[in-house]
Amino acid sequence: MTLSLLIVQLLNGLQFGVLLFLVAAGLTLVFGVMDFINLAHGVQYMLGAYLAVTFVSLTGSFLLGLVLALAAALLLGLALEFLVFRHLYERDHLDQVLATFGLILLLNQAVKMIWGAAPLSVPVPEFLSGNVRLMDGILYPVYRFALIAAGLGVGALLWFVVEKTRTGMLLRAGASNAPMVSALGVDIRKLFMVVFAFGTMLAGFAGAMAAPILSVEPGMGDTVLILAFVVIVVGGIGSIRGAFVGALIVGLVDTLGRSSMNDLLRLFMAPASARATGAALSSMLIYLVMAAVLFVRPEGLLPAKGRS
Amino acid sequence: MAGTSSNSAATAARPQAPTVRRLAPLVIFALLALLPLASALGLPGHWLTLVTRAMIFAIAALSLDLILGIGGLVSFGHAAFIGIGAYGTGILITEGRTELLVALPVILLVCAVFAAITGYVSLRTRGVAFIMITLAFGQMAFYFAQALSAYGGDDGLTLYEKSTFFGREIFGNRTGFYYVALGTLAFCYWLARRIVSSRFGRVLRAARENAVRVTVTGYDVNHVRLGAYIISGMMAGLSGFLLANQTDFVSPAYMSWSRSGELIFMVVLGGVGSLYGAILGALAFLITEDVLSSLTQNWKVIFGPLIVLFVLFTHGGIAGIANKLRGRRDG
Amino acid sequence: MAEPALALKGLAKSFGALKVTNGVDLTIAPGELHALIGPNGAGKTTLVHQISGTLKPDSGAILFGGQDITRLPPQARARAGLARTFQITSTIASLSALENVALGVQAHSARPLSLFRDAAGDEALNAPAWEALEAVGLTERAHAPAGSLSHGEKRALEIAMALTLQPKLILLDEPLAGVGHEEGERLIALLNSLKGRFAMLLVEHDMSAVFALADRVTVLVYGGVIASGEPAAVRADPAVRQAYLGEEG
Repeated sequence: MTLSLLIVQLLNGLQFGVLLFLVAAGLTLVFGVMDFINLAHGVQYMLGAYLAVTFVSLTGSFLLGLVLALAAALLLGLALEFLVFRHLYERDHLDQVLATFGLILLLNQAVKMIWGAAPLSVPVPEFLSGNVRLMDGILYPVYRFALIAAGLGVGALLWFVVEKTRTGMLLRAGASNAPMVSALGVDIRKLFMVVFAFGTMLAGFAGAMAAPILSVEPGMGDTVLILAFVVIVVGGIGSIRGAFVGALIVGLVDTLGRSSMNDLLRLFMAPASARATGAALSSMLIYLVMAAVLFVRPEGLLPAKGRS
Repeated sequence: MAGTSSNSAATAARPQAPTVRRLAPLVIFALLALLPLASALGLPGHWLTLVTRAMIFAIAALSLDLILGIGGLVSFGHAAFIGIGAYGTGILITEGRTELLVALPVILLVCAVFAAITGYVSLRTRGVAFIMITLAFGQMAFYFAQALSAYGGDDGLTLYEKSTFFGREIFGNRTGFYYVALGTLAFCYWLARRIVSSRFGRVLRAARENAVRVTVTGYDVNHVRLGAYIISGMMAGLSGFLLANQTDFVSPAYMSWSRSGELIFMVVLGGVGSLYGAILGALAFLITEDVLSSLTQNWKVIFGPLIVLFVLFTHGGIAGIANKLRGRRDG
Repeated sequence: MAEPALALKGLAKSFGALKVTNGVDLTIAPGELHALIGPNGAGKTTLVHQISGTLKPDSGAILFGGQDITRLPPQARARAGLARTFQITSTIASLSALENVALGVQAHSARPLSLFRDAAGDEALNAPAWEALEAVGLTERAHAPAGSLSHGEKRALEIAMALTLQPKLILLDEPLAGVGHEEGERLIALLNSLKGRFAMLLVEHDMSAVFALADRVTVLVYGGVIASGEPAAVRADPAVRQAYLGEEG
């Protein structure tokens, strides 16, 4: 692989990782603080994308559409919280898994009914279109840079909130020991709602930002969700830092793995079989990495301190 | 020797299993055995096919109940084993090897190895991480099947022959297939019951409630759970073998994570841990799916909320309530 | 001279900057009932966890009947004959009392994880389990679910479970905590009846029980041993009196 191709793939991996981080951060927070496993988180990502499609085409403006999509995604998320999720916090994980699974079935189908099954897209906004010239002949889309920047920006914001503010301190405490935080007199219900709202918005934001570069279709949240799970497990449940590191690892391994697997195998296999085996191996690669990490460190790479 | 009288006292005074628990499976199997008669008397053949399919999934659901209901391990990747069984069968048939005496050992071995490796890694984690990891491993199997372009890839693989037994066709006749499936289900149920009431099963059940106590009594809980996971995987592989023969088709969709989710729902619907409940759950689920999908193409929009409502209002089935009551009483 | 049932040599454990176990030396002879007392926060339960294997010490050694078990996992220590009861009762609530005890018998049997033999009706398991229940006086409640037993009965059940391990030492972590007066008396009588069969390390706050039962007493304060010896001598020790000043003696 040439250097320019490598750089492009590195950037792609970074961009993918950043997207995964946005989704995984919300998921790990919700899980870490509320001990609530939310399979429908992927659907919230998908809703962000679909709402972006609708609002951007309605308003003609990317930024306005984005803001409206976020607001709508938040409202929908809160509605789901009120109707379904809050009745599940006390239940065991099996019940949570099943109920949120039912929600996925419902919402994937509903989206198909409302927007149709054909893939949709959002046009890349004018002010973020075009390419950036990196070095001898490598052009990289501005929008993807914007995505990376937005993701890193949100990551920095999250870091600031979690490490430096009072709410963040409560979140970290809650991630280690929620009953204790409650016993200290903090309104745990309100904390839960804040955490949940945060998580939903992150997922919706990721979906909306991803809309111009990925195809928006029913079920798009499912693959992202599973990768987010891998990210969390690799990074350490309840840990935002872990989610960041895990997401970058998953994004880079997956992207680089796919693009280089073929080249690697062609070194010692016939082209046709290299391609077939390469495709199989690259799709399994990230899970093999996950298995390797867990084998060595079952609690993840950067687990939240104090978690049993 | 202090003894014979207290021996009989210890064992004889043992309370019997509740009547429902003893009679329900008998009733279920009796009704299933009689269904083909109804078909002969005019019931549309579609029902026979549907119930056969339900029994095939019941085998998988039963195997899941073994680790989920009895062992307390929420595996969200169980459909992978169905897929391995189906693909193993399909690939062998496509390559000209239809003999099931060859196919079955291969399938069981591959399932056992897959279960051993993924189970070992997954069991290093607990709780939610376990659910997420089994889900991820299930997806891994799914993507692997998609990448098998030689065997259909994402489109799946059509099978032009069925499995044979000593060279003889046993799956050709619809009623014959029904009874083969029923027989396999009955065998698997008997096996599962034996395992649950065995010494191994008691340790598995106890570990679900109180792993620490089981550990300090001198057992390696992870070994026991891994053993159950392997047995369960093999049983689900068997169901995949039957599925491939029924549909003459194998595809990656057989191991999608929504399939795994549906399996969990079947187990919970019937009553977690009751074993025969898994059979009821599979029957109820597949019949409902059939009826709803014939009404509208968008049946999932009805089915999804049904699952949610079921979870919210029944507290995980009848067995779930009993479990919660028992769990609350220990100090 | 026979090997001590349990010997702790220089055991140390810190949580961050806090030294919870501070160079503890302790010896228990076979068949001896040794009491471990100390004010709240002395680190008694942490010590029990290290002995039973659920917590790893930072340094020091644990010798069980002469064998170094410092690195052994809990299930291996159990199989070697180290039993324990829990401060918060830990039984299998849905199994009957008999089955709880039989689980222990099973662990020592030839085929503990047999896949095909029916466990609940197995005489080879039930007979020794019944005997253990007889030793603690629980045969009336043999078939009741363990979760339905009274607090004191659960304590007795835990002792029965410990008996099935053919123990050389039983760790008793505050067995009298939360138990009413009458049941407490019965537990003390039970422990007395078991004295001499194996060694016991009794961690307790209830001083009357300690002085009624113990052959020797060790006092733990802030993770370190401040006195160890015969009950009467320890009771008279000025350092011990000071540690308990203001506390019930």
